[in-house]
Amino acid sequence: MNTNNIQFDAQGNLRHFLSIEGLRREKLVEILDLAESFANIGDQAVKKVPLLRGKTIVNLFFETSTRTRTTFELAAKRLSADVLNINIATSATSKGESLLDMLHNLEAMHCDMFVVRHADSGAAHFIAQHVAPHISVINAGDGRHAHPTQGMLDAFTIRRHKGDFGRIRVAIVGDILHSRVARSEIHALTTLGTAEVRVIGPKTLIPKEIGSLGVHVYHDMTEGLKDVDVVIMLRLQKERMTGALLPSENEYFINYGLTEEKLAYAKSDAIVMHPGPINRGVEIDSAVADGPQSVILEQVSNGIAVRMAVMSMVLGRQPSEMEG
Amino acid sequence: MNIEIRNGRVIDPANNLDMVTTLFISNGRIAALGQAPAGFKADQTIDATHRLVVPGLVDLQARMREPGLEHKGTIASETRAAAAGGITTLCCPPDTDPVLDTESVAEQMRQRAHSAGFARVIPIGALTAGLKGEQLAEMQTLKDAGCVAMSNARQPILNTLVLRRALEYASTLGLTVVLHPEDPYLASNGCIHEGMVSTRLGLPGIPECAEVIAISRDLRLIEQTGVRAHFATLSSARAVEMVAEARARGVPVTADVSMQQLFLTEMDVNYFNSLCHVRPPFRTQRDREGIRAAVADGVIGAICSDHQPHDVDAKLAPFAATEPGSSGLETLLPLALRLTAEKVLSLSQAIACVTCEPARIFGIDAGTLSVGARADLCIVDPQARWTVSEKTLISRGKNSPFLGWELHGKATHTLLEGRIVHESCA
Repeated sequence: MNTNNIQFDAQGNLRHFLSIEGLRREKLVEILDLAESFANIGDQAVKKVPLLRGKTIVNLFFETSTRTRTTFELAAKRLSADVLNINIATSATSKGESLLDMLHNLEAMHCDMFVVRHADSGAAHFIAQHVAPHISVINAGDGRHAHPTQGMLDAFTIRRHKGDFGRIRVAIVGDILHSRVARSEIHALTTLGTAEVRVIGPKTLIPKEIGSLGVHVYHDMTEGLKDVDVVIMLRLQKERMTGALLPSENEYFINYGLTEEKLAYAKSDAIVMHPGPINRGVEIDSAVADGPQSVILEQVSNGIAVRMAVMSMVLGRQPSEMEG
Repeated sequence: MNIEIRNGRVIDPANNLDMVTTLFISNGRIAALGQAPAGFKADQTIDATHRLVVPGLVDLQARMREPGLEHKGTIASETRAAAAGGITTLCCPPDTDPVLDTESVAEQMRQRAHSAGFARVIPIGALTAGLKGEQLAEMQTLKDAGCVAMSNARQPILNTLVLRRALEYASTLGLTVVLHPEDPYLASNGCIHEGMVSTRLGLPGIPECAEVIAISRDLRLIEQTGVRAHFATLSSARAVEMVAEARARGVPVTADVSMQQLFLTEMDVNYFNSLCHVRPPFRTQRDREGIRAAVADGVIGAICSDHQPHDVDAKLAPFAATEPGSSGLETLLPLALRLTAEKVLSLSQAIACVTCEPARIFGIDAGTLSVGARADLCIVDPQARWTVSEKTLISRGKNSPFLGWELHGKATHTLLEGRIVHESCA
């Protein structure tokens, strides 16, 4: 079984986009630059480029999602691809056999790309290992492992506001343990040369060996927010209240909810980010979420440009080929 | 039938023997070494020049998958693979379906093995009825049916009082109890060592303390009840240290480790390699070194295959959804030799860990080439190079984490009670 980094083809081109881990800085910058070129398409009268005309992209969602699926769909449509959305209740396909059977059925319909979201870590790698050679796989979130397009769109948003990664401090706050978003952000930010990446949360929600990913750990939020340029808040799932990870939402908000008072410890021009959907009053106060430092809605529109960039790159089409 | 095995390097650690000599087999037993017994006339002569002649391997943990999961393996298919790997005695945990908690299941397994004829299968009986951890199994009956030890396999006994009584009762009958220490709450839904790799891959981890805490509890009860206990397939350096410390105080406890644990670590999971999904999980480099050292200084007496053959589909899913366990029968012998090449063990030590030491732990009459002993032995070409692959493995389970490794050493002949059960020209 090939277990190496299967994201690249023999020429070193990105064939799948499964995880930011293992991608070099130049590749990430290339994605960000390409996304920049797509960023204004939404403002044009005709919001389309013909890069992926004739391609069929399947959104294969084994886990429900509105935001991610919609932005992938919009990204594909703006690239002129045909899009098929398939939502599958996880319970029906929790067995690998039926997962593979389903993939082979879709392959038989001559699709070009699968955009996959699945509740199991490693699902996108698994699918990429078993698809026909002409199909590319984009990971739209696998278990706790990775959500690489989210990591890239957050890096994109940060670059637009802060420019040089080498001069900024970023704090990621909340449930790091269960967060694929946090893992992808950490890989993106460290690879792009961010001066310091911090994670903040209670010990129950921070994996013991997280330091090995190149971050600093804080348990006290005000200390952790001191002098940071970017604050990324993570969504706290309701189910974390069971299993003895936290006593209550209320107590979590007291220690780790982002309020204006706590935000004041960060730099005065710090931006506040959140991958959504937000739990107001649990991890973030409405005054902050809707306040002047929040760039949360910008993240959503940036998501479309970044996903267009990744999709066109993986299918080997660059805007220079556009005049056709 | 008389067999003469000429000019092999005979290694029999139980007798401190390591010399080039000729071995004579008569009526299924070792008749003599060096000089032929009076009137011996060989029906067959095997030239073992440049080969090793060692006792047939004794494996303390191997699952045949029969009864219950015959699509993964049968006693016939897996004993055939064992013979090819030089193993002549296999001890099988009781987590079959139905559970090995009645004499009929024990009897059935022995019968099947006997009619297949490739290797001796010795059942390990259930410690509690149905492995449920509630009621004691009929241990006397199971002992009489040939069970060599009692175990709850990988099913935890949550109720400490039940465990205490099970150990007391087993101790009363003079039975050895096999324990798989893992705190089920700490292990929870983990599928990989909790550490760097689990953090990277976002997979739920099994912390080292799941083993350490379970083993501390078990050691106290062993000490209190005086039962002969054996810890199976340990994975952490800390747990091994605790066994060493208990043994130093005279607690009657032994331990084994799977051969895989002596070579692989969490890093081998790499990008979700489901062939490295095993329980207990592969841990850190430090753990691997600690376990190797414990084997070298005798704290861990035996190395087992922890053979768990799977069908292809069992490993074809996202990592956490795959079934744990690896196919290990055919890599046990070559990897034992590799431990010698890597200077972890002397050749004689390495052979002892897979022959006389495991036999001694369970009190099995096997694992030596003493004159008069049953002629279970294997002839090994230590130079034979082969690549582990789905094609070269004979076991129905192709789920070896060593696929693609080139190993040295292959059994050219395996004899069970003086009968050739495996022969290859390798």
